[in-house]
Amino acid sequence: MRAFSLRRLTAVLVKEFIQMRRDRLTAAMVLGIPVLQLLLFGFAINLNPKNLPTAISIDDPGRFGRSVVAALHNTSYFEIIEQTNSPVRARRLLDEGRVSFVVEIPVDFTRSIVRGSKPSLVIEADATDPASGSYALAAFNSLATTALRDDLVGPLAARAQGPPPFQLITHLLYNPESVTQYNIVPGLLAIILTMTMVLLTCLALTRERERGTYENLLAMPATPLEIMLGKIAPNIVIGAIQSSIILLVARYVFGVPMLGSFVILGVGLIVYIVALLAVGYTFSTIAENQLQAMQMTVFFLLPSILLSGFAFPFKGMPTWAQWLGEVLPATHFLRVVRGVLLKGNGWTETWPEIWPLLLFLTVVSTVAVARFRRTLD
Amino acid sequence: MAEALAIDVHGLTKRFGSKLAVDHVDIAVPQGEVWGFLGPNGSGKTTTIRMLCGLLRPDDGNGTCIGYDVRTEAEAIKRNVGYMTQRFSFWEDLSVKENLDFVARVYELDNREQRVAKMLDRLGLEKRQDQLAGELSGGWKQRMALGACMLHEPKLLLLDEPTAGVDPEARRQFWEQIHTLSERGLTVLVSTHYMDEAERCDRIVYILNGKVVTRGTVAEVIKQSGLITFVVRGDNVRHIADKLRHERGVEYVAFFGAVLHVSGHDRHALEQALTPYRQQFQIEEEQPSLEDVFIQLQEAAA
Ligand SMILES: Nc1ncnc2c1ncn2[C@@H]1O[C@H](COP(=O)(O)OP(=O)(O)OP(=O)(O)O)[C@@H](O)[C@H]1O
Ligand SMILES: [Mg+2]
Repeated sequence: MRAFSLRRLTAVLVKEFIQMRRDRLTAAMVLGIPVLQLLLFGFAINLNPKNLPTAISIDDPGRFGRSVVAALHNTSYFEIIEQTNSPVRARRLLDEGRVSFVVEIPVDFTRSIVRGSKPSLVIEADATDPASGSYALAAFNSLATTALRDDLVGPLAARAQGPPPFQLITHLLYNPESVTQYNIVPGLLAIILTMTMVLLTCLALTRERERGTYENLLAMPATPLEIMLGKIAPNIVIGAIQSSIILLVARYVFGVPMLGSFVILGVGLIVYIVALLAVGYTFSTIAENQLQAMQMTVFFLLPSILLSGFAFPFKGMPTWAQWLGEVLPATHFLRVVRGVLLKGNGWTETWPEIWPLLLFLTVVSTVAVARFRRTLD
Repeated sequence: MAEALAIDVHGLTKRFGSKLAVDHVDIAVPQGEVWGFLGPNGSGKTTTIRMLCGLLRPDDGNGTCIGYDVRTEAEAIKRNVGYMTQRFSFWEDLSVKENLDFVARVYELDNREQRVAKMLDRLGLEKRQDQLAGELSGGWKQRMALGACMLHEPKLLLLDEPTAGVDPEARRQFWEQIHTLSERGLTVLVSTHYMDEAERCDRIVYILNGKVVTRGTVAEVIKQSGLITFVVRGDNVRHIADKLRHERGVEYVAFFGAVLHVSGHDRHALEQALTPYRQQFQIEEEQPSLEDVFIQLQEAAA
C-alpha cells in the first residue's frame, strides 16, 4: 500500500467538511467567540481607570509641593496612598506592585520655582499595563500648566504666563519596549487563534474514539498522515474566516494602523494557524478522553498568554521564561503581526519569526503522526 | 485453491492487564466457507476478531488472514477484509450515501458513484440514502454497515454480531446474502448468539473464557459433546425441575417452552434420576440441541 494517496486524503477531507458543516454549534462558537472576546478585551483595555494607587516622595517644605500633591489628587486619576520623604521607600512600593506610580517632588521644589530654575517633577510609572496608565500620564502632563495656577500670584504672576515653571519627566518602568495600546489588539489575534484553533482539533480523534467510529476508521486503509491532513485542512478555512473578522474589527472598531503587506501577514497567519491546528491534533492523539484534551488545551493556552509577550513585555521576563516563550508559536506570531501591522515590516524582518513557526509545525506534526495509534491497544 | 485457508491463526492470545481475554486460540477457516463464532458474553469473540483484522496486536501467537501476516501486514489485511463492528461505528452525522461515499473513496474504488448506487440498490437503501445514519432504525443501520463493509469487495468478511436486534425477515435476507456471497468464494466468519444462525454455518467455533472449547459442524459439535438429553413432557413439568437439578448425574435442567430438557453424560444415572417420574410424565431420550451443548459447557465452566 502506498504511504500517501491523494484519493484517500480527499475521502477524509470530504467527510470532515460535511461534518463541519453539520456541526452548527462549533461553527457558531468558533466565529462568535473571537468577536465577543475581542470587543470585551479590546474595550476593557480602553477603559479609563481612575484612582490608581500612587506614592509621593516629597522633600519640600514649601507650599508649591503641597499644591502639586493637591493637583494630582484633583485629577482623580491618582489615589495617593502614601507620602514619604524617602525616595527609596517610594520606589520599593512601586517594585512591590503596591502602587502604579511614584511622583517625586525634589528637595527645595518651591525655592527652585521661586528662583526660576525650573525644577524637575518626575513620575515613575509601572508600565506593564501601559494602556491602563496612559490616561493618568496624560493627566499628569497637563499638571505643568495647571498645578500652580492659583499659587503663582503677586511677584510670581509672570511665571504663570510663560512656559511652565517646572519640568515634567516620565519614566516608564518594566516595559522597555513601550508596548502601546495598539499592540494589544493585534496580540489578541494571536491569542484568540491559539485558543480556538487548538480547541477545534483537540477533539478530532477523541470524538471519533468516544463515538466508536475510531475502530471503523482504523479498519480502513487511510494512513495517519492522510487522516491528520484531512482533519486539519477544513479548519484552516475557519481560521482564515476568524482572522479576517478579527482584523476587520481591529481596523474599523479599534482603528489599529495596518502599515505592512497583507501577503506577508497572510503567509504568517497560515503557518501559524496550521501549527496551532497541528498542536490540537497532537493533543487528540494523546488524550484518552475529551476532558484530557481540554486540559491539555488550557495547559498550552496559559503560557501562550503569559510568556509570549502578550501579557508582559517579553524582554522584561526572566531568561528561563524567555526561553520557554521562544518555543511557543504565539511568541513568534505576535512579533509577526505586530511587526507587519504596526511597523510595516517586510520579508527580511519577518522571516526570522516564520522559520521557528515552520520548525515548530514540523516537530509537532511528526509527533502527531508517530503518536497516532494504528491499533486499539 | 480450494483448500487454501482464508484464516489460519495459531495460539492467538490477548491480555488486558491481568485479564486473559483470548487464550491460545487456533482458527483455520478454508476459503469460501461460512463459520459461526459463538460464545457467551465476554468470552473473547470481539477481541479475537479484532486481532484477525489487525486492530489489536496479539500478545502471543501468529498466523495469517487471506495470506497476510496478522502481526506485520495489518495494512494489507485491511484492504482485503470487510469488518463489521459489533457496535454501529459509522458516522451518524453523515447520510447513508455520504458514509458509503467515504468508504468508496478511502478504498480508492473506481466507478465510485456507480458502485455506491448499486450497493444502495442492493440493500434497498435508495429511499433512505439521504437520511442521516444516526436517524436510521437499528435494522437499517446494520444493513448499511454490512453494505459499507462489502463495498470494496473483500475476500473475507469478519462480522461481529451483525444481526443483533434485527427482525426475523431481515435476518433471513441477511443470511441469504451471506450464502450467495460464499458461493462466489467469499469467506465469512460471523459471531452470533442465535442458534438458528449457527446452524446455517458450515462450521462453528465455540469459545469460552477466551479458549476454544469445541468446534466443527453442528452435528460434530453435538456428537463430540457426548451429552445425553432426556426430554420431559406433561402438565406441571415445572414442579419437578428443582428436584431434578439436585439428582446425581443431572448436569443441567432447562426449559424449552413447555418441555424440560434434562442433560448429563451418565446415561445410567440420568435414567435412575428420572425413574420416579415416568408414570406421571412422558420422558424420551432425544438428540441434544446445539443450545443444550452450549448451556452444558457454560454450566460446567461456572
Ligand atoms: N479494551 C479492553 N480493555 C480491557 N478489557 C477488555 C477490553 N476489550 C475487551 N475486554 C475484556 O475482554 C473480555 C473479552 O471481551 P470481548 O469483547 O472480546 O467479548 P465478546 O465475546 O465479544 O462478548 P460479547 O458477546 O458481549 O460481545 C471481556 O472480559 C472484556 O471485559
Ligand atoms: Mg463482542
